[in-house]
Parts: sequence; structure tokens; C-alpha cells
Amino acid sequence: MNGPETDTIVIATQEARRSRPRSSTYSPQLLVGVALTGAVAAITLLSLFWTPWNPLTLDVENRLQPPSSEHWFGTDRLGRDLLTQVMVGGQNSLYVSIVATAIGIVLGTSLGLVAAGAGARWGAALTRISDIGIALPSILIALVLATAVGPGNLSVIIAISFWFVPVTARVVVGPARQVLALDFIEAAMTHGRGRIYILFRQVLPNIAPLVIVQTSMMFAAGILIEASLSFLGVGAQPPTASWGRLLNESQPLLQIAPYYTLLPGMFVVITVLGFNLLGDGLAVLLDPQQSRKGVV
Amino acid sequence: MIEINNLRISISDKALVAIDHLVVAPGERLGLVGESGSGKTLTVMSILGLLPEMMKVEGSISFAGRELLGMPEKELAKIRGRDIAMVFQDPSRSLNPTMKIGHQVGETLRLHTNMGRMEIRQRVLELMHSVRLQSPEKMVNRYPHELSGGQQQRVMIAMAIACGPKLLIADEPTTALDVTVQQGVLELLLQLSQDSDMSMVFVSHDLGVVQAISDRIAVMYRGEVIEIGPPAQIIDSPAADYTKALIAANPSIPNADVLVRLAGTRFNTDQGA
Repeated sequence: MNGPETDTIVIATQEARRSRPRSSTYSPQLLVGVALTGAVAAITLLSLFWTPWNPLTLDVENRLQPPSSEHWFGTDRLGRDLLTQVMVGGQNSLYVSIVATAIGIVLGTSLGLVAAGAGARWGAALTRISDIGIALPSILIALVLATAVGPGNLSVIIAISFWFVPVTARVVVGPARQVLALDFIEAAMTHGRGRIYILFRQVLPNIAPLVIVQTSMMFAAGILIEASLSFLGVGAQPPTASWGRLLNESQPLLQIAPYYTLLPGMFVVITVLGFNLLGDGLAVLLDPQQSRKGVV
Repeated sequence: MIEINNLRISISDKALVAIDHLVVAPGERLGLVGESGSGKTLTVMSILGLLPEMMKVEGSISFAGRELLGMPEKELAKIRGRDIAMVFQDPSRSLNPTMKIGHQVGETLRLHTNMGRMEIRQRVLELMHSVRLQSPEKMVNRYPHELSGGQQQRVMIAMAIACGPKLLIADEPTTALDVTVQQGVLELLLQLSQDSDMSMVFVSHDLGVVQAISDRIAVMYRGEVIEIGPPAQIIDSPAADYTKALIAANPSIPNADVLVRLAGTRFNTDQGA
């Protein structure tokens, strides 16, 4: 074996090790989380193009059928294929949660950053206002909105975001303030950069891992709240399928058709579990203390 | 280039800095020395208008004929980074860990010039070359933590000189570096200021470092400039007791025969002010 070649190999493996995150950071939570959320997303996307049955075709004669080769998970109280209903129901649940999470993260992060940059007094004011927002349960807000605006996705999205915005702002404001105290922020100021630029272009990338994890956690919460509100009849209205509404419909029939609840319930559980695990896994993967040095 | 008159920096009526008169001529390198807490950094930060809001600043700081104190924030932002640039003490903390080196070096160019993307890229490579960073083409795509301390400080210097500033403020630029790297950074700063006729304020607590680079040295003690003059005069025939003590405390300066204990001594600031 000659010397230079061995050296090259050693350096090459060191380079490879450095450029890729260590395998230990791919935690089981992350893998399971990605698998579960990926499966739910794939099934929901599939429903946009193909479902086993037409979701709107009624077949009252064959209602409340137990699982069979024709209807893998049975039929609902109007004879519609349950698997189809759950697949299509995912569209509404995911749509509401995506929109509410997007509003919550964008507005909440902006608010948190601006409050962090505005100084201690504004930061304290934001915290107090946030407390009010957090203290009001979104279910209550949704019920109020449903009476005022009418039930439907709009009320649900507003209600969920109303809770997400202050929660995100509070999560962001502390770490943002820590980053603002670092030297490179002062350096950016000596370059002539303004406050807003510094907040969004210098501070935000440094708290990005936090925001990403927060997004995943909120998405799970969004699914749960949407299901709860649809279950209560405030969310999706017939004929729009939704996991929460399917659960609501199946509830009085629990003794006659126990399998009816199983599928929509399982989907809610899998999605919420999936996004929570994903969030946990990302928190480990993106932990700056492990993957990078020098970040808060 | 820059003229400071009757500068008073105070916090809730407690005076932190009181400088009656201090001038940096065009192309001149002024060394600002003094112990920690003597007001060196406060003085240079007041030039950039970046002191914390709770500090009260009075007097006059005029830069190229324009008064900086009380200048609107928008005007100041244009001067920062373009006409007056700054290099910080600890380069590992002064670079944004989430941004690539090339992007950070181009920062002031994007902000203060209307150069195109390719022009900036080209200029960034030139700048990195001029601060003697090895293989700039590779380095532009690296993140700060992949560089050594000396390389990081060279990147900081490249950022600072990008817009061809008339005044460069270097706040303890070598303090956080290895002794072997310090020399290289000092030589670079000296050469850059000579080549471009850029004025420089070099802040340090190390007289030996300042002596090597400055045309004049100002000694600060308890917020005041107690002595100012060419390095030879300051080192060889210091007027103030405190300066003598500083010299004595520095092992790198030969002929330091005056041994005064720094700790616990209160120096007479009347002399040579």
C-alpha cells in the first residue's frame, strides 16, 4: 500500500463525514414521523385523482356494511364507501390545517421578530397580549365565529390561526432576542443595514430550526382542532367529507357499526402522531448545538 | 477626516467618555489604547452612532465636514459600511453562522452600490484575494465555522473594505487571534491603509500592537484622552504615569524600565492631557 493514496482515502472519508449529518441524528422518531406523515399525504394526494368509489354516490341499500372485498372498510350510513370518504376527508383536514398553520407561522414569526427588535417594553406588551390570545380556547372562538360568520372552513381557519399566531410569537421572541445580542448583528448594523432587514435576513435564519419544528407541531394541533370542530358541527358542512364529521356521524352508531369510527379515528391519530414525531425528530436533527457551532 | 470636539458620553448623568479634542487626518492611522473600560469602544461606536439608546451623547463628531451626531438614522445608515467601516474583535462571533462567506463579503456591495450579481461576485473574489485568502473560489461557498480564526478575520476585513471606506475602525482586531496569526492581520491592515490612503482608528489595549501600526497613539484612561503623540514619543518619553504603567505592563516593548503596578493604582490624569 503506498502512502499518498491512503492519505487521500482518509481525507475523502473525513470530508464525507463532515458534509453529511451524523447518522445518529436521524432518530427513530424522525423516520417514523416521515413515514406516517408521508403516507397520509400520499393517500390524500391520491384521492385528488383516484378513489375506490365515487365519494358522492349514495347506495342506501348497502348502508353500514361491514368490511368486505368490495368495500374494504365498510360503508357509511348512506352507503358510501368509507375508505373513499376518509381519503377525501383528508383533503379538507389537511387543507384547513395547512392554511391555519401558514397564517400562524408567518404572522406569528413576524410579530415575534418585530417585538424582539422593538425592545423590552414592546416585548413585554406582546407577551401580555399573546397571553390573552393563548388563554382563549380556539374551540370557543370557533363557536362564536360559527354563530357570527356561519359554520365552515373559514370560521375554523380563523379560530385556529387566532391561537397559532400568539403561540408562535411567544416561542420566537425569546430566541430572537438572544440572536439579536450577538456580535454579527452589530456588525450588520455597521454595514448600514436597517432593523427590519436584520430581523428577517440575519436573525430569522438563525432561529429557522425552531420555526420549522414549531410548524410541524402546529400542523398536528391544527389537524386535531379541525377534527374537533368538525365533530362539533362547526367545521366542514355536508357534503364535504372531513375526519371530524365522519367521527360525528359514526358516534350514535357506535354499537351497531363499531368499525365505522375506526378508520377516520385512526387517520386522525396517525396524522397527529406523525407530525408530532416529525417535530421531535426535526428538533434533534436541526439542533444547532449538535450540527453547527456558533449558533444559539 | 474625522474631528471630535467636546464629546461627552454619559449614562444617567454618570460620565463615561469625555474627549475635548481628537482629530484623525486623511490617511492617518490613529492608535487608541487604554485598559478595559477606559472608553475606547464607546468612543468608536459613537462615531457610527451605534451606542445603546440609554446613553446620552453630546458634543460634535464631524466626518468629512458633516456632523454625525444628530444625523437622521437614514443618512447614518448610508455612511455606515460605505464611508466608515468597522472590524470587530472576535471574528467567530461577527459573521452570521447561517450565511456563506461569499454572500457576507458582498453584503455592503449589495446595500451601497448598484452593482449587478456577476459584478459583485467578481468583486468579492478580488476582495478575498486582496486580503490574501487562499483559493477564494472555494471559500465563497463555505460557512464561517469552516474557517480558522485568522481566515475569519480576513473575511471581516474584506467585508469592511468592500466599498472603499474613507475610515476604517478596527476594534481590537487581533485580540481574539493566535499570536502567530496576529502579525499577518496587522500587516494586512497596514498595507491596506497605505495602498488606499484610508484613515484608520486602531483600538487596542496592547501598546506593542498599536505601536507597530499607528502614526499617532492616543492613550485613554477613565474616559479621557490623557496623552497623544507619535509612537516614538509615547513609548520613549511618556508624560503620564498611566502611560508609563501601560508600557511597563507590556513585555513586548523593550526598555520598559518604569515598573509601576497597574492594579489598584489610581493615576493622576492631569499630566500631559
